[in-house]
Amino acid sequence: MLELGSVALMTLYPVCLFGIIASFLGGYQKNPRFVRAGERAVLFSCILVVLATAVLSIQFLQDDFSNAYVASHSNVDLHTIYKFTALWSGQEGSLLFWNCLLAMYAFAAVVSQRNRNRDLMPYVNGILLVSIFFFTTLHLFVVNPFRPLMLEQGTVLSTFTPIDGKGLNPLLQHPVMAIHPPMLYLGFVGFVVPFAFAMAALMVRSPGARWIRVTRRWTLFAWFFLTCGILLGARWAYVELGWGGYWAWDPVENASLMPWLTGTAFLHSVMIQEKKGMLKVWNVSLVIATYFLCLFGTFLTRSGVVSSVHAFAQSPIGGYFITFIVIGVGLSIWLVRSRREYLQSETVLDSVASRESSFLFNNLILLAACFAVLWGTLFPVISEAIQGEKISVGPPFFNKVNVPIGLFLLFLTGVGPLLAWRKTSWSGVRRNFTWPTITAVVVALALVAAGIREFYSVVCFALSMFVTTSIWMEFYRGARARMRQLGENLLAALLNLVGRNTRRYGGYIVHIGMVLLFAGIAGTAFNEDTRAELQAGESLTIGKYNVRVNEIQSGETPNYEYARAEVMVQSGDRTLRTMYPERRFYLASEQPSSEVEIHTTLREDLYVVYASAGPNGGAVLQVYRNPLVRWLWIGGLVVAFGTLITFLPNQKKVLA
Amino acid sequence: MARSPKQFVFGFTIIIAALGYLAYAGYEESKAYYRTVEEVKAMSREDIGDRRFRVGGDVDEGSIEWVGEGVDFRLLEEGHLLTVQYRGKDPVPDTFRDGSQAIVEGTLREDGTFHAMKIQAKCASKYEAEYDYENHSIESAAVVSEDPTY
Repeated sequence: MLELGSVALMTLYPVCLFGIIASFLGGYQKNPRFVRAGERAVLFSCILVVLATAVLSIQFLQDDFSNAYVASHSNVDLHTIYKFTALWSGQEGSLLFWNCLLAMYAFAAVVSQRNRNRDLMPYVNGILLVSIFFFTTLHLFVVNPFRPLMLEQGTVLSTFTPIDGKGLNPLLQHPVMAIHPPMLYLGFVGFVVPFAFAMAALMVRSPGARWIRVTRRWTLFAWFFLTCGILLGARWAYVELGWGGYWAWDPVENASLMPWLTGTAFLHSVMIQEKKGMLKVWNVSLVIATYFLCLFGTFLTRSGVVSSVHAFAQSPIGGYFITFIVIGVGLSIWLVRSRREYLQSETVLDSVASRESSFLFNNLILLAACFAVLWGTLFPVISEAIQGEKISVGPPFFNKVNVPIGLFLLFLTGVGPLLAWRKTSWSGVRRNFTWPTITAVVVALALVAAGIREFYSVVCFALSMFVTTSIWMEFYRGARARMRQLGENLLAALLNLVGRNTRRYGGYIVHIGMVLLFAGIAGTAFNEDTRAELQAGESLTIGKYNVRVNEIQSGETPNYEYARAEVMVQSGDRTLRTMYPERRFYLASEQPSSEVEIHTTLREDLYVVYASAGPNGGAVLQVYRNPLVRWLWIGGLVVAFGTLITFLPNQKKVLA
Repeated sequence: MARSPKQFVFGFTIIIAALGYLAYAGYEESKAYYRTVEEVKAMSREDIGDRRFRVGGDVDEGSIEWVGEGVDFRLLEEGHLLTVQYRGKDPVPDTFRDGSQAIVEGTLREDGTFHAMKIQAKCASKYEAEYDYENHSIESAAVVSEDPTY
């Protein structure tokens, strides 16, 4: 099996190299035979990478511990599902998995586009193959997923198959971990397609927004998975890591947020190019930035460059990634510069109070957020290079910058759709802004009257109301017009309204989801937590909850030892539920792990952690009250739903 | 953008300036200097002040003492030991244990103990090498992977 995997990867290498040469040469000389050969190389490399990935998966499922990677990430008793997910639990496997998804995207792009965009395809193929080639280099020379486990006895090296493997990190044994990494990777990798088309369009000097129209669904697809991946990661951190929060501005989290920010900016700014023929250089730059930030994110996650206090590169892949990114960005910038006469704007911006300018502000602010996150994440590296002093910045830095940015974005989300293209008249402003402004002010006053003084939260809730009202008005006006003109009932009018312009109304639904998400985040300002050592029979109070320890238990299973508390949660006289927060110590991997208990309602979460055994024989409980967290997850679902709507084709004229 | 660049430049400048100010404030509030244990031990009172430091090392075997509101332990780096008291708000991470790599962030007290407000831990990669495969009389299997987590 091991050999089959290795052979697949070794065959892949010359196939990619051949395909790259054939594609670019075929495109340059307009030689259809070379172009076809390049296409076949893409299809064949996909088959090879999928084969290699399948081999590794089968080795996991069959407990083939002769493979070093399998031996160090699995064991016989591991649940079958986790044997499958163990594929991406370490560096070698996750890079192979990445390449597998990349090759599948490339396959799909070739199959779906080769007859429609013949002029672009040779270059698209070439660019896709360069990416596959890069990852194959990593597999073969740096982090080989098919390394036999070797044993050193004296000076003799021999292959060795242990009876059992080392097991999977217990933190990764969670259902979310089965879907979070694939989703994130689908998002990261997916931006390669719009990037490849953008570069190909520049190479052939294809004018206009064709590459944008061709790749619109690909971009949305990648964005959809990136969004879901980030939120699932937050969800995993929340339920599994046991520190009461879901986002810590950790380099790994930042790595996924940065391409999301530029990708979101891209999704908005392409509309300007399609409608107005403006921002061409900007859009190409954004897609370049997004693609390389995805690679950079993988590099950050995998190399440990920032989290480590020690050497610059902990893992040998760091240098390869940096080299590839630097060369790639350099070539892309050179290409954009050499084609700048094809990227001139066709119109100019007329007014600050216009749809265009709201998009422009949206883009600027998203980029500012991305830059701040990048700067903060890399600060230790930057400060060392400039001052010779390694300094890190923490969450206060990220929050101070990004909270106002988020609120300004929320504001634009509400304002943008209310502004007309080109220039908004005063009567238009009055007509569109009156109701949203009134409802927002009412909410703000009500919150202040209720005694809430947190400035940012009040602003956030007021803006949320503003956005919600403005979107509701869009739906209402559109539906009312249909009801009047076509005599449809409300439901039919709404459905047809959305169906006739899925992109616009799907987008509004995404915005509603973002509002809910923001509300969930704004709840953070009201978090409370307390910590106490409790003996059996003692209790603590947080918010309206009374948390009582009934019993402290300990014991062991074949897999782990545990200590836990049986906790009764009461609100007033009502018993809500019994919880068993637990701390485990896994025997195979010698790792402790907390199992938190969460009582969740729409209003707030009660989050109980068994922190440790106390010095006086009690249980040390850490209890958090986190308001509105559930809205974050609901908002995520709405965003996902809205994005799916934008995938739908527009309905044609309704036949009466 | 030809006709009204002034308004845009004005708007953008204000936004960037405001964000720059906030970034600086956040930086001042949360900056932490990377230091080795040896450097921390050699610093004078004036160097220390109320600055925050970030120190990494291995958790000295057997030094962990759980106390009600946190944990005391010693951090070992290249032969130098630093006594650390962690009293942060967040629970100690699951990966924190004897021999794991830890990064602490906090201030240095007069008596030379490190008062940590933040703690991160990662399983040491050497635990890979020490892994003893069952039923084999081999002390140390070859290192099989660089990074055991994530």
